[in-house]
Amino acid sequence: MSRHIRKFLSRVLLPASAVAVWLAAPTALAAQDAPTLESTAAAIELVQRHADFLWTLIAAILVFLMQAGFALIEAGMTRAKNAVNICMKNIMDLSMGSLAFWLVGFAIMFGPSGGWFGTSGFMLSDYATDQDPWLYVFWIFQTVFAATAATIVSGAMAERTKFSAYLMFTVFLTAFVYPVFGSWAWGSLYKGGGWLEGMGFIDFAGSTVVHSIGGWAALAGAVVIGPRLGRFTVDGKPRAMPGHNLVFATLGMFILWFGWFGFNAGSTTAATIDIALIAVNTNLSAAAGAVAAMVTAWTFLKKPDATMTINGALAGLVGITAGCATVSPGSSILIGLAAGVLVVFSVLFFDRVQIDDPVGAISVHGVCGAWGTLAAGLFNAGGVTLAIIGTQLIGIVAAFLWAFGTMFVFFKVLHMTFGIRVSPEEEMAGLDAFEHGNEAYGPDTFSSSAAGITA
Amino acid sequence: MKKVEGIIRPHLLESVKTALQEAGVVGMTVTEVKGFGRQKGQSESYRGTEYKVEFLPKLKVEVVVAEAILEAVVSAFLSSAKTGKFGDGKVFVSPLDDVIRIRTEERGESAI
Repeated sequence: MSRHIRKFLSRVLLPASAVAVWLAAPTALAAQDAPTLESTAAAIELVQRHADFLWTLIAAILVFLMQAGFALIEAGMTRAKNAVNICMKNIMDLSMGSLAFWLVGFAIMFGPSGGWFGTSGFMLSDYATDQDPWLYVFWIFQTVFAATAATIVSGAMAERTKFSAYLMFTVFLTAFVYPVFGSWAWGSLYKGGGWLEGMGFIDFAGSTVVHSIGGWAALAGAVVIGPRLGRFTVDGKPRAMPGHNLVFATLGMFILWFGWFGFNAGSTTAATIDIALIAVNTNLSAAAGAVAAMVTAWTFLKKPDATMTINGALAGLVGITAGCATVSPGSSILIGLAAGVLVVFSVLFFDRVQIDDPVGAISVHGVCGAWGTLAAGLFNAGGVTLAIIGTQLIGIVAAFLWAFGTMFVFFKVLHMTFGIRVSPEEEMAGLDAFEHGNEAYGPDTFSSSAAGITA
Repeated sequence: MKKVEGIIRPHLLESVKTALQEAGVVGMTVTEVKGFGRQKGQSESYRGTEYKVEFLPKLKVEVVVAEAILEAVVSAFLSSAKTGKFGDGKVFVSPLDDVIRIRTEERGESAI
């Protein structure tokens, strides 16, 4: 462009345009309607709605990442020859779970209900009538919760379960068992309504709805399938089967702890200031759980065992999940401390009664889920009454009877007909080659033989 | 020609290699092995259950040497791999029938 034209643009035309706009603007703007109280209120409501969508979706994404946490912790605490199988079960818990929850589960959990289960809204059909995309955000948030419940079981049944049998279980849980109980406690969050929530049952983010349901399903599976070969001697003493990568297990714990901020704080499903207290409670309980478990292991087992400490942090997280919105930070610490102690003794207990739980899922999620639900009553900031505690206990027992009952029957029938356990030869060789034709750590792996001899 | 195999503590590889080279060794093969002699294993625990780890990681260093430097090589192993505690390892000396260099197909001591 020539110097003269440039000079003209910058020194004449541009300033002249600016002045013209500045003179014309007030008239142009005055041509719109002036803001009224009603239009301002509507605008504020719209911004709040957008913020609710934003927060809930981000929280859902945080909870999604917990699937990676579960995969790492389960793989790390089991043997390398089964690592691919662990990964596949976790991939399918999320994938088949999402589809099952879309197809059937969400409608049962949140559809209009007589108090026991929902009956419409399959495949997100409500969108056709309501045209409200809130359905989508709410669905995705609930889906990652359902997937969390399903994946709890994969750890307890690790290293000996037929992959095909496991797939059947995961569909059954996310399509039916999880949503039915969920509808009892959370149905009214959308279009449903449950008998349990009608009684005032407190379970803000799912100590029972998600974790105990998953934990008791895990118990049923572990009981039916039996312990891994060689896990207990003939006189019933446990044999150690150390996990193959405790760094993975630790990373898994951190990722779960991270995602739990979405799990708990996101359960407001609204961008409100409540998320602050919830996040603080979540962190304090996890920290207290980790410390308490470490001290308990150090005292009673002579060493600060890493896997117990990891279980302790998760126990604290599960324990605060029910009451995270309705207890004080000081109470969170107490809840976490108790969960950390409880989880260690629970793990030892299940060893004593010869129920093999490779990752402690039953103790972390089932037992500490029950504790967390009770604690929400015992430490309720709004006041503690016998009625509240009674309702919590009813919910705890109902969850156990429903989840353990249905899953025990399911696994038992499946085991007697189809068989849910792999053959002993396969179990010895490891599931990865037989079930999947894969090796997690093939000949190319950066293993010690390739890298260890350094001089 | 003799084959000399030393089972040594893994962290001493660097000093053993240097000592062997100073004694006239030009090549060696190292393998990761596990074993025990009089060194006791250790007790570990996992989630409250104790278990013993008896096979301890060691390294096996194999060299092929001419008879002329055999004593120097054995001394090199001993001086560089000894800590004085149980678990220092052992050196095995065995006769060797032949050595062939793959690239040139030389045989005998010139192939070492």
